[in-house]
Amino acid sequence: MGPDVIVVGGGNAALAAAITARRAGADVLLLERAPLHMRGGNTRHTRDIRFAHDVPLPAAPGAYLVEEFFEDLIRVTGGATNRELAELTLRESMTLPAWMEAQGILWQRALTGTLHLSRTNLFFLGGGKQLVNAYYDTAARLGVRIRYDASVVALSNGGAHAGGTARDGGGTRVGGVVLDSGERIACRAVVAAAGGFEADVAWLKEYWGDAADNFVIRGTPHNTGLVLRALYALGAKPVGDPREFHATACDARAPRFDGGIVTRIDAIPFGIVVNARGERFYDEGEELWPKRYAIWGKLIAQQPQQTAFVMYDAKVHGRFIPSAFPALRAGSAGELAALMGLDASAVTATVAAYNAAIVSGGTFDPSALDDCATRGLTPPKSHWALPLDTPPFYGYAMRTGITFTYLGVEVTAGACVVSEGGTPFENLYAAGECMAGNILSRGYLAGFGLTIGTVFGRIAGKEAARHARS
Amino acid sequence: MLDPDAVAEAERQFSVCNACRYCEGFCAVFPAAEARTAFAGGDIAYLANLCHDCRMCFDACPFTPPHEYAVNIPQLLAAARTQTYERYGWPRAFARLLRVPAAGTASIAALALVVLVGAAVASGGTAAFFAPHAGPGAFYRVFSFAALVSGALLLTAFGLLAIAMGAVAFARDIGLPKFSAPAFARATHEAFALVYLRGGGAGCYDERRGSSSRRLMHGFVFWGFLAAFASTTAAGIEQDVLGILPPFPLLSVPVVLGVVGGVAILAGAAGLIVLKSRSDPAPQSTRMIVLDYTFLAVLALVALSGLLLLALRSTAAMGSLLGIHLALLVALYLTAPYGKFVHFVYRYLSLVKHAQEARTSQSASNGGSHP
Repeated sequence: MGPDVIVVGGGNAALAAAITARRAGADVLLLERAPLHMRGGNTRHTRDIRFAHDVPLPAAPGAYLVEEFFEDLIRVTGGATNRELAELTLRESMTLPAWMEAQGILWQRALTGTLHLSRTNLFFLGGGKQLVNAYYDTAARLGVRIRYDASVVALSNGGAHAGGTARDGGGTRVGGVVLDSGERIACRAVVAAAGGFEADVAWLKEYWGDAADNFVIRGTPHNTGLVLRALYALGAKPVGDPREFHATACDARAPRFDGGIVTRIDAIPFGIVVNARGERFYDEGEELWPKRYAIWGKLIAQQPQQTAFVMYDAKVHGRFIPSAFPALRAGSAGELAALMGLDASAVTATVAAYNAAIVSGGTFDPSALDDCATRGLTPPKSHWALPLDTPPFYGYAMRTGITFTYLGVEVTAGACVVSEGGTPFENLYAAGECMAGNILSRGYLAGFGLTIGTVFGRIAGKEAARHARS
Repeated sequence: MLDPDAVAEAERQFSVCNACRYCEGFCAVFPAAEARTAFAGGDIAYLANLCHDCRMCFDACPFTPPHEYAVNIPQLLAAARTQTYERYGWPRAFARLLRVPAAGTASIAALALVVLVGAAVASGGTAAFFAPHAGPGAFYRVFSFAALVSGALLLTAFGLLAIAMGAVAFARDIGLPKFSAPAFARATHEAFALVYLRGGGAGCYDERRGSSSRRLMHGFVFWGFLAAFASTTAAGIEQDVLGILPPFPLLSVPVVLGVVGGVAILAGAAGLIVLKSRSDPAPQSTRMIVLDYTFLAVLALVALSGLLLLALRSTAAMGSLLGIHLALLVALYLTAPYGKFVHFVYRYLSLVKHAQEARTSQSASNGGSHP
């Protein structure tokens, strides 16, 4: 006899589901596709979680009310969110810190150093892999069975349950899972929490063509959407735009997969960005960097060869967190252009036009929307526009670095997967990136993926255990 | 300066850390590294000794081998620490002897044993060496009082001088700032409380993650060592000031302190050896492991031989046990400036520098220069 509950996946949402189901008394088997050293999916690369709170906390100064959280979500998604699920997530987020602490999570305390604690997010000590480690330790201690290198390729149809109707294809049950080895494991309920499909370049090409060959996948190579495909094959209803992904500007030298946070380029507001033709294409000083860094991945994806180049000079060197790779360095803008493989005269002309368009008399202030701007330049640089005139000049070649995809399956407030016909499956649940698109259909809120994953992981684990034991 | 290849590798790995910064809550090393964009040999010596080897950063790092970034800060810094001990060891030729720590230490102990026993037998004869002795001055009927006292003084003076020479060279290389009482106070607190073996609250990554075993065992060894040291001091006072010759009665200050210290050292060292054998070897440096085991073994043997000597001091085994105990002490003293023993000296100086840097950066950020 198989376990009560199979959790497919091994990141934050999967672990939250497995721990919750186990605590509810279910016999739980967690199937992680990655080997042990790569366990945890993209949670390995996270570092903080967004949560609502009425009162300031030692590790999160200032209150962050559900209402404000909701406004932030509406702002970044343009209102495209399932309101019921969104409100549920934000409400439940208030209970996350205490729950996480009970699973062994420690918080990062305020330092005199570089980390600025956030009002809206809690930072866990040691980052995402440490969170993953704590959750696996807790799960193992509770008696969750864990298998690594266990890749689920299909969900077996368990037939229609008593109340189901054949007409709408709904009300079906899942009977268990099929691994890539051909092994079948039967169970009473399945929680799918195996991430998105960003690491399947062929799948990305369906929407992006050969441009996808130039994308970097910032996270795990194991998020190839196998479980998403299995869900669709069983009749689950898709949600989210398959073309959409979250992406940042990454160092072009980043590894194809799993380069993590350290290849992110934070230099953009401090300089100018040109494309392969040596031309500027977007306002580098549009908004404060934390509010805009997430648009640059997509902007670069739309440039020739999906490549762009940021250039800055000695005046601002060292004012932002560097990439893990050293910046290119040259005595003039033309030499830097040549180092980056660009037409030196085109770049020199772009820099000259930019320098000439800067309004004089501005006061540079990287912590605010300052009054250093260009006039009469297209596109403009609205803030932090300093002339590129002080050697050495520095530059990075940049590519699109995909963080996650938005495509998923529709779920109910009980984390039940909804079928194409609109009826929930009887014993199939989803949590994490593979259903986050219900709530965050586009845009980005730092630490919100973990919020959705933990909230729905807990719901899915509780519901799956309840179903399996009823 | 440390080996240039090691410095280049440290620079490479820390450039990953400085772009990530997830570990900065664990200890002082990461905030200190973030304050630097280029690393000289002195910087690596500083960071290496600031590291208390809790290894939580290894456990928390998504970029450890087999990831192509191959980040392994605890191993890198442990290897650099072994280079520190050799590079700053004085005299240099002597420090190089300890490139083979276990064999070097054992050779010194064996040589010392031969010399000690040889001298004892030559002056007092074989029969006296293997005979039981009792009453005040019993030890000195086997080993000459003058030789023992002058030998102990010479060894102590040499050890202190060698450690001081190393400390001065190290302080110069890492750029230790001028004396500042608050920095020394903070460093002293951090050293005694072993703050950075707490992993920012997470503990150590040893036999399991979040372990506090090493901090506990280290405490046994450290306080045991201080008790043993106090025992020796008390014995010196009884003998040279009060004129009471050893062996001292069981309920005397030197014997009680010695027993407490010896048992604590033995328990702590044995605990650390077991802990080490059960810990993940991945974040460790093989060279440091050898230094660790060597030092722990010598300490444990000194404690064990001392306790045995106490138990059997009125028997015919006293001469042999005293010879072994003294030979082990000679080895401990002579290797101290270049082996694991010396770690606390370089680490303390690094803590002082860090405390000073933290004060400076705090006043800078208070001034509002932080963007």
